[in-house]
Amino acid sequence: MNVLYFAWLRSRIGVGEEILVVPESVTTTGALVAWLKTRSDGHAQAFADLKLVRVAVNQDYVGWDHPITPADEVAFFPPVTGG
Amino acid sequence: MIRVQAEDFDPGAELAAFSTGNGKVGGICMFLGLVRDYLGDHPGQGAGVNAMTLEHYPGMTERQLAAVEAEARDRWPLHAVLIIHRHGRLEPGERIVLVATASSHREAAFQSCHFLMDWLKTKAPFWKIEHTDQGDQWVAAKEADDDAARRWDR
Repeated sequence: MNVLYFAWLRSRIGVGEEILVVPESVTTTGALVAWLKTRSDGHAQAFADLKLVRVAVNQDYVGWDHPITPADEVAFFPPVTGG
Repeated sequence: MIRVQAEDFDPGAELAAFSTGNGKVGGICMFLGLVRDYLGDHPGQGAGVNAMTLEHYPGMTERQLAAVEAEARDRWPLHAVLIIHRHGRLEPGERIVLVATASSHREAAFQSCHFLMDWLKTKAPFWKIEHTDQGDQWVAAKEADDDAARRWDR
């Protein structure tokens, strides 16, 4: 699974992209976050408050119960500040 | 039309090109956004902004902007839509975003331009980091921007 991080999530985790083999039990965006938090202190810190995090699957905004598969591109980022 | 680019653009040339060739167009509304020279979160306090860098999510940015354009075209009778958004390092006073809408009548042009900016600010995946004398700081999203987008809920 291709996992992307942007803005301060990238800074805290230390990389902008990870290609991960995710356990079969991880089938939703929320479960993915719970699993990612176990990977490092940086991950745990980045995902400490999910109110500050948005998630997109294949470049569309989704919620924390959205299904995911190994073929998906999943991105995590803060609320946007363009314009 | 959607353009996401690092380079500057010429608003006059964009407007001239946008308004030619369609005799049905009776009005164009254009919004031009610039980089301010103070910290957006704490105006009047703290350090001035020397520059900012706009990060974005290539692919998703274009996809979300296209969705916002499609929504505007669904709501108003528009002959043309142009969204230009820059990314990369920008200094105060530089142009950052241009939105233009063309319709037969002014009301649709005004409203759709306003709508596009409000939705763009809450949906297009851009993030600003401000470079100040006191260090770099990611800009936090503003509740006021969410409220502005919600006024178009239906």
